[in-house]
Amino acid sequence: MLFAVGAAAVLGTGFLSIAPNRLLSGRPIGLFAATDLRLGAGIGLIAGVLLLMSLAPPARGLQRAAAALAGGLLLLIVGAAGNAAAALATAAPPLARISLGAGFWILFGTAALALVDALQRAGAGSAERSAVIATLGLASLAMAHCGLFDALSLAREYRSHEDLFATALVRHIVLVVAGVGPAVLIGVPLAITAARQPRLQGPLFAVLNLLQTIPSIALFGLLLVPLAALASAVPMLAALGVGGIGPAPAVIALILYALLPIVRNTVAGIAGVDPAVIDAARGMGMTRRQLIWRVEVPLALPLLVAGLRIVTVQLVGLAVVAALIGAGGLGTFVFEGLGQYAADLVLLGALPAIGLALAADFLLQTLAAVAARHD
Amino acid sequence: MIEIDSVSKAYDGRRVVDELSLTIPEGSFCVLLGPSGCGKSTTLRMINRLVAFDSGTIRVGGEDVRRVAPEQLRRRIGYAIQSTGLFPHWRVEDNIATVPRLLDWPRARVQDRVSELLELLHLDPATYRAKYPHQLSGGEQQRVGVARALAADPELLLMDEPFAAVDPVTRAVLQTEIVRIQRATKKTIVFVTHDIEEALILASDIAILERGHLAQWGTPLDLLERPASAFVGEFVGGGSSGLKLLSLRTVADRLRPGETAAGEPVPMDTSLRDAFAQMAARHSDRLPVSDAAGRPLGTVTLADLVR
Repeated sequence: MLFAVGAAAVLGTGFLSIAPNRLLSGRPIGLFAATDLRLGAGIGLIAGVLLLMSLAPPARGLQRAAAALAGGLLLLIVGAAGNAAAALATAAPPLARISLGAGFWILFGTAALALVDALQRAGAGSAERSAVIATLGLASLAMAHCGLFDALSLAREYRSHEDLFATALVRHIVLVVAGVGPAVLIGVPLAITAARQPRLQGPLFAVLNLLQTIPSIALFGLLLVPLAALASAVPMLAALGVGGIGPAPAVIALILYALLPIVRNTVAGIAGVDPAVIDAARGMGMTRRQLIWRVEVPLALPLLVAGLRIVTVQLVGLAVVAALIGAGGLGTFVFEGLGQYAADLVLLGALPAIGLALAADFLLQTLAAVAARHD
Repeated sequence: MIEIDSVSKAYDGRRVVDELSLTIPEGSFCVLLGPSGCGKSTTLRMINRLVAFDSGTIRVGGEDVRRVAPEQLRRRIGYAIQSTGLFPHWRVEDNIATVPRLLDWPRARVQDRVSELLELLHLDPATYRAKYPHQLSGGEQQRVGVARALAADPELLLMDEPFAAVDPVTRAVLQTEIVRIQRATKKTIVFVTHDIEEALILASDIAILERGHLAQWGTPLDLLERPASAFVGEFVGGGSSGLKLLSLRTVADRLRPGETAAGEPVPMDTSLRDAFAQMAARHSDRLPVSDAAGRPLGTVTLADLVR
């Protein structure tokens, strides 16, 4: 199935596309036309072997080999794109733009899926997964460092925004952390209170659910007026950077969005604690505070971390939108690119955001496995 | 000593404990016995104030339990329950150390106490200290539960049907253990069960409760021989109170000293019930009896059993 999609992609769509300049849309160029014949043949060969392996009876060793092959295929596809772009660039005028085409993305996606699938079937633990990710990341960085991708327009966009990129990436991470951190600090005590007094749960969840349903841009807009008023009324706050636009409303909105999953999961976690355990804890003379922090919260931790994982991934995406109100972050490139009709600039914002989301997901998944160790 | 003085507790207007008065002497193994809904668990949980009573007073060691902060009170009273309530995220060691740590014992003293208790409960400290509750069998979990209840050397132990959820063989072993521990430590134990057989094995005193009242207080023998009401007679004996009586007495009580009889002698602490079973198996109305060292003491006859 995967293989069929991959093959259709190779034959039916352009691996790369070339345009006379940044603004015009490009003309597609197929995989075999674009790349060195040997690279194209290599990609086809590995894909064929992977197909045969997927038909063979499952065995751990075989799945490991398949994972290694899929990893190699990923690198080969990326390398081939760089290589082909460089070849095209020598024959093209200096203003020409060479972008990654639909064929590249579909091939890349199928290879990545094949890798994830093989790792899962091989029963790879988080240590092995980290090793695979690190290897692929380092290899890609090494290729980038050697200038392999220089001819691709994505790299050109990066070059022209290089000074801004690091700042935007850091700002994006800061926005997410500034959203998740306070949401945990507010959400966990809220959840503990709600778990103690079930009557509070109805109204609390009604409010939090309502907040979730407000579209992000609308929430940014709603916060604009009161914060602008607050900043003009209290100059000290304005001096601290609080205003109708900028990071302050963005962070507030992100916190509000993050509250529901954190509160809901923590309440569910506390409600799931065996009543006999609570009876025993009280019967042995734990105070209410000791019961909460030594028994209920640790036992709710696996669910709490699961909530944190959902929230973090969600906020990485929402923080992109925050660029609209001047909060900065990777969204800056996305909206700038959209405004200039420059797809590669959009990608310069979107790809690292996807990477961040995946990284956060992976990190918190590992943390969740640690938190659930004793059950 | 625990003095329960005309204590009442109502849920939604229905009195589950009704003007109950009961004095449990120091060092007693007291079983609260009765059918479900008779108020025995509620009574137990009022002693450590897990249930707040509406009226009356309860004194433990002469002190009114309502004059002590509930947490302080509970740390002085051991507590073990049916489903053990072990903390799943803590190792056996941490579970047992719960109350000593709440009381801020020094680390070394806690360590020693944990080892001592694991040995008392016949669990090898080296093997069991670092295990998590889910790695233990039901019987082992219950042993850890009892060890945890004993950890801070409480003056009093409350046990709410602690052995109800384990298999019959394990239950019999645990019953023997808790009797041994009670004899060795001389602790006062209040033990809730609905199982009359268990009560007869464990108790030095039994309080039978009926709809929140004390129906009868006495030794197991008192209850079987002189039930105070038809309810007690029915609950304790059912159709076989005679056999239960036989199981409470030993052949030493009915010995004919100096007489001799043929066959393998039975030890003097054999229950009359087992002696009766031996006679039936041997087709004999007379058994020789020996002491613990195997020296002949005398005989016991079929007629003596039903005397």
